[in-house]
Amino acid sequence: MKLKNYEEIFFKGLMITSASIIIAVLLFILGTVIYKGFPSLTWDMVTKLPGGGFYLGKEGGVLNAIIGSVYIVAGSLVLSMFLSIPVVMFINFYLSKNSLFANITRFSFDILFGIPSIVYGAFGFALMVYMGIRASLLGGIITVAMLIMPIMMRSLDEVVRLLPRDLPDALLSLGATKFEMVKVIIRQILPGLITAILLAVGRGIGDAATVLFTAGYTDNIPVSLSQPAATLPLSIFFQLGSPVEEVQNRAYASAVILTVIILLLSFSARYFSSKYSKNKI
Amino acid sequence: MNTTDNSLEAMQEILFDGIVQENEEDRKPVYSISIQGLNVYMQDQHILKDINLAIPDKSITCIIGPSGCGKTTLMKTLNRMHDETPEVKIEGSVIVDNENIYNPKVNVIDTRKKMGLLAQRPCPLPMSIYENVAYGPRIHGLKKRKALNQTVIQYLQYVGLWSEVRGRIRTPATRLSVGQQQRLCLARGLAVEPQFILGDEATSALDPISTKKIEELFIKLKEKYTVILVTHTLRQARRIADYVVFMYLGKIVEAAPTEEFFNRPKKQLTRDYLTGSFS
Repeated sequence: MKLKNYEEIFFKGLMITSASIIIAVLLFILGTVIYKGFPSLTWDMVTKLPGGGFYLGKEGGVLNAIIGSVYIVAGSLVLSMFLSIPVVMFINFYLSKNSLFANITRFSFDILFGIPSIVYGAFGFALMVYMGIRASLLGGIITVAMLIMPIMMRSLDEVVRLLPRDLPDALLSLGATKFEMVKVIIRQILPGLITAILLAVGRGIGDAATVLFTAGYTDNIPVSLSQPAATLPLSIFFQLGSPVEEVQNRAYASAVILTVIILLLSFSARYFSSKYSKNKI
Repeated sequence: MNTTDNSLEAMQEILFDGIVQENEEDRKPVYSISIQGLNVYMQDQHILKDINLAIPDKSITCIIGPSGCGKTTLMKTLNRMHDETPEVKIEGSVIVDNENIYNPKVNVIDTRKKMGLLAQRPCPLPMSIYENVAYGPRIHGLKKRKALNQTVIQYLQYVGLWSEVRGRIRTPATRLSVGQQQRLCLARGLAVEPQFILGDEATSALDPISTKKIEELFIKLKEKYTVILVTHTLRQARRIADYVVFMYLGKIVEAAPTEEFFNRPKKQLTRDYLTGSFS
């Protein structure tokens, strides 16, 4: 056999190995979490607030963290969508390709994208101190929004830049205004928009550093924006730090809950986007 | 306004004197579009050089020429699509219905409404077949369901698509074949009620049968509309054009009625192009 045939076999083997490692890592993490957490995963875990002796291994669940995480992610998602969709539409359709302003904007969210979440947490905390807000749901929402906004902008920008020029041209030639054009374009990029949202939610719901100082922690469900809110990552962190083995296992059970929430979100978003794009688009 | 009229008449004589002489009484062409002293620059390149052209109403004018000669750029100046690229500088005037569309007072949306564009590749909107046709009238203020339904059916019938899509008018337009999509795009453009139809190599992505259908539609369209087509196939120009404009390196080399253009070209460059010396 010639050298180039060996080359082909070698590199194909290398690629298969790399792909297998990726899958293996995912299965290993999922396996560990499920193996350790599943026995502790009771109905009480998802339906009850932590009881008096919860962190010593007694009765209760992590409903406070589940609800808190959902609140924070939903709030920050709405907030970041209101900012990132207009930004991306503006730099792509209202400014020209070589516009300095567009390039500066892109460069800015590229840098924001690389800032570690603990820095956002510290910045959010400093901001809250300055404004006189205590650790609260609102603080958490704003800080997590800062974290996930660059992610949404970047992935949306990628999607929009790949869009062929045909569609905007077709719309403009029909006499549509720029805003009417953008509305149709958003429909066109809906699957991409959903992917962007998923990436952002995935990052936002799992991040502990941003909410550590800003959202605080509580055993109750917040009923107003000014109350502190618990989150799943912090709940896992506190439980893992406990010397009681029972509580440590519950941390893994909480991790299972977090994973399941992300999976559910992911599958349902993909289902709805495909359903919507088949019937309406 | 007077100078405009004068130069317009002068141009009619230069460009299309053949047909004017033949049937002076009943077939004197009317010109709603006249391009005067048009120069287009893109960054440092001089793309269109001193274009003067009047386009006869209710007929098909084909713009031909080798790739990169400025055909598409010329087409885009007609519906002001260059507005989207600030690097493009335009000098001169494009007079549509006695009004220079590059006058800052003219609303770009009104201009684009007058010009129905049929692009090279069909680009259906991400909506149902019905919504595609209804989109134009809707953004221009037609809200009543009955009137919308009527418009949609009327234009789908006009392009011969109604019988093919009748039962699935609410399904996504992307499920149609490419040829059907191109006719849908034509119906969508017509629903805005333009005066002019611009086709930018509108059949180059289509199979021969779909091409034939679109060409037949163009011939039908010229009863009501002024059709301007960019094409790179000489045979298509010969088949459907009433007037042919030949461009080379950003200039108009020759503009004449089809029969005269192909049989008695005046310029050597045109003869060379027609015989295939270059393309």
